[in-house]
Amino acid sequence: MLSVQPRIESSKKMAWFSPIIAIVLTMLVSSLMFLALGVSPTKAFEVFILQPVSDTYNIGELMVKAGPLLLCATGLALCYRANIWNIGAEGQLLVGAVASSAVAIQATQNSGFGVLLLALAAGIVAGMLWAAIPTFLYRLFHTNIILSTIMLNYIGLYTLLWAVHGPLADPDGFGFPESIIFADSVLLPLLSDNGRATISIVVAVGLALLSGLALYKTLPGFKLRVYGEDQAAARYAGFNSGKIVWGVMLFAGALAGFAGASEVIGPIGQLIPSVSPGYGYAAIIVAYLGRLNPIGIILSSLFMGSLYMGSDLAQIELGLPTAITGLFQGILLFFLLACDYLIFYQIKVVPRETEKRRQETLLQMKRDANDMNEVTSEDTKAQQGAL
Amino acid sequence: MDILLLQQIMIAALKTGTPLLLIALGELVCEKTGVLNLGQEGMMLMGAMAGFAGALYTGNLFLGVTLAILAGMAMSLLFGALSLNLNTNQVATGLALTIFGTGLSSFLGGDLVGSTIDGFKPIAIPLLSDIPFIGPLLFKQDLLVYLSFVLVAASWWVMHKTRVGLTVRAVGENPYSANALGIKVIRVRFLATLFGGAMAGLAGSYMSLAYTPMWMENMTAGRGWIALALVVFASWRIAYLALGAYLFGFASILHLVMQGLGVDISPNLLAMTPYIATIVVMVAISSNALAQKLSTPMSLAKPFDPKVH
Repeated sequence: MLSVQPRIESSKKMAWFSPIIAIVLTMLVSSLMFLALGVSPTKAFEVFILQPVSDTYNIGELMVKAGPLLLCATGLALCYRANIWNIGAEGQLLVGAVASSAVAIQATQNSGFGVLLLALAAGIVAGMLWAAIPTFLYRLFHTNIILSTIMLNYIGLYTLLWAVHGPLADPDGFGFPESIIFADSVLLPLLSDNGRATISIVVAVGLALLSGLALYKTLPGFKLRVYGEDQAAARYAGFNSGKIVWGVMLFAGALAGFAGASEVIGPIGQLIPSVSPGYGYAAIIVAYLGRLNPIGIILSSLFMGSLYMGSDLAQIELGLPTAITGLFQGILLFFLLACDYLIFYQIKVVPRETEKRRQETLLQMKRDANDMNEVTSEDTKAQQGAL
Repeated sequence: MDILLLQQIMIAALKTGTPLLLIALGELVCEKTGVLNLGQEGMMLMGAMAGFAGALYTGNLFLGVTLAILAGMAMSLLFGALSLNLNTNQVATGLALTIFGTGLSSFLGGDLVGSTIDGFKPIAIPLLSDIPFIGPLLFKQDLLVYLSFVLVAASWWVMHKTRVGLTVRAVGENPYSANALGIKVIRVRFLATLFGGAMAGLAGSYMSLAYTPMWMENMTAGRGWIALALVVFASWRIAYLALGAYLFGFASILHLVMQGLGVDISPNLLAMTPYIATIVVMVAISSNALAQKLSTPMSLAKPFDPKVH
């Protein structure tokens, strides 16, 4: 007999197994979907999982996709650890890209390293400012962060469209929504000659590891985790909630802004309307899949990166629409949430005999309790009679 | 401004507000039972896609609407199974639903892009539509707008005048007390979630069959999210919800009005107005923290599990 029981303590082991089960289940469901679409699942597996790591060029492309995901997800993970539902990475990334481009179009072939740093700084500051708006409104008016960050994502998208159609458009571009192609001097250094991956991926991994260190080994990290688990406890301990909220939000904004900047002055090399194929939203899934733990997030951003890359390849090789990425992301997150059930509940196989005995014991306890009640009520009656 | 232009603007605001009203009405009832479904955008997109596909392939608009409602309900079924039966985090599950719905609708609707159909046409109600000014505004609309009037009135009546409404509110305010009274909390929440899904699907079909009779990816453009803010704006009251929806409808067409008046601002900047308006309204509402706490259903977004409690 199967029995579902809440766990007394949440399972650490299941917390790490659940993403793996979710990925396997997503693969199974996707295989069925591929069969229905007339594509052999083994071929699809090859395109989505093996091809992204098949040679150095492809590995570089995988890093190009994983980099912005890792940056955004690291910031989001800290927010979610503090129980702050920041959905705004997408908008922060987009305004970061716009601000960085505004600097980058000024650069000439002979510009020094300073302009490159300025372009990066512009992106980071823009991302932070974009994150500061919902934080300010939340701290001052308790405005719901989920909705304000979502709205700012849309406003950020229209800021990008406005910039790319207007002030930042290529003056000789025949009205095409594109900026000029940036001068080489303002582009981030490449990791290797074969590919488009830049040093931003190294910075991203470094930042993820550092934030992991900060989260688990420093006092501010401890305060953040306490605040996320139990706000009342954090208040009682005298932790400054303002510092925690502002800290994680600005950090997340800076990282997302950096991601946007390193896209336009990196692999893309100009400002275009499709700077981000939804990296900011996918980063939410990456953060959860990596268990809000920087090490886990490095792995999950690689996985999500291969999903993005696979869908690009699948469009070319298998004729599948790229919309399939969003579909996989949704399915994956559903399975992950469902598997997380196993962290808090356990499914036990209980022998019929044991279950019967348990029920008998429960029944006996109930009877005893009833008898006690009867005794006490007789006592009270006796007392009342005496009075 | 001449009266005819004003009337035109009001008609446009009403049309634009209708999908917001429909989806927000579903979410309001859902939230009244304590369920916060952030998957509105995903359900609405699925409704829009399914409605358009149904109408295109069968040639029947009503079959399209039915299909849209079913699609919305199927999506909310998924949400319910996870968040109500498996007690997953409602915020995360809702986000997953939006990501999933956005992906699935653009995947399934890929072939529909570029197709056209004859959408719902305005039907003038005899006599009533001859009333000056108000007539063409209220009584010369398409069937789905009339349906939205009926649904608002019916929902108000059910929520405030019947036992069902009382049950819904009891579950949302204190599910454990409701449970002790013998109310099946999970069942009530599930039914409300399904109602929310149906309304989101219907709102989606209004977008793809009446408002702009076509389908394209992400055509709802954040209306599902604005609807969530609208419910807060309305303090979970149906009468305020209708008012709010039409005000938001007006904010959404403001850029068209401005262009009509010859104001020279980039259309991309003007397109921000509904989203900025949403933030402004939320700030205005949330600055009175006590009043908002009072009107929020007490158990909103909190899972119900008598075994753990």
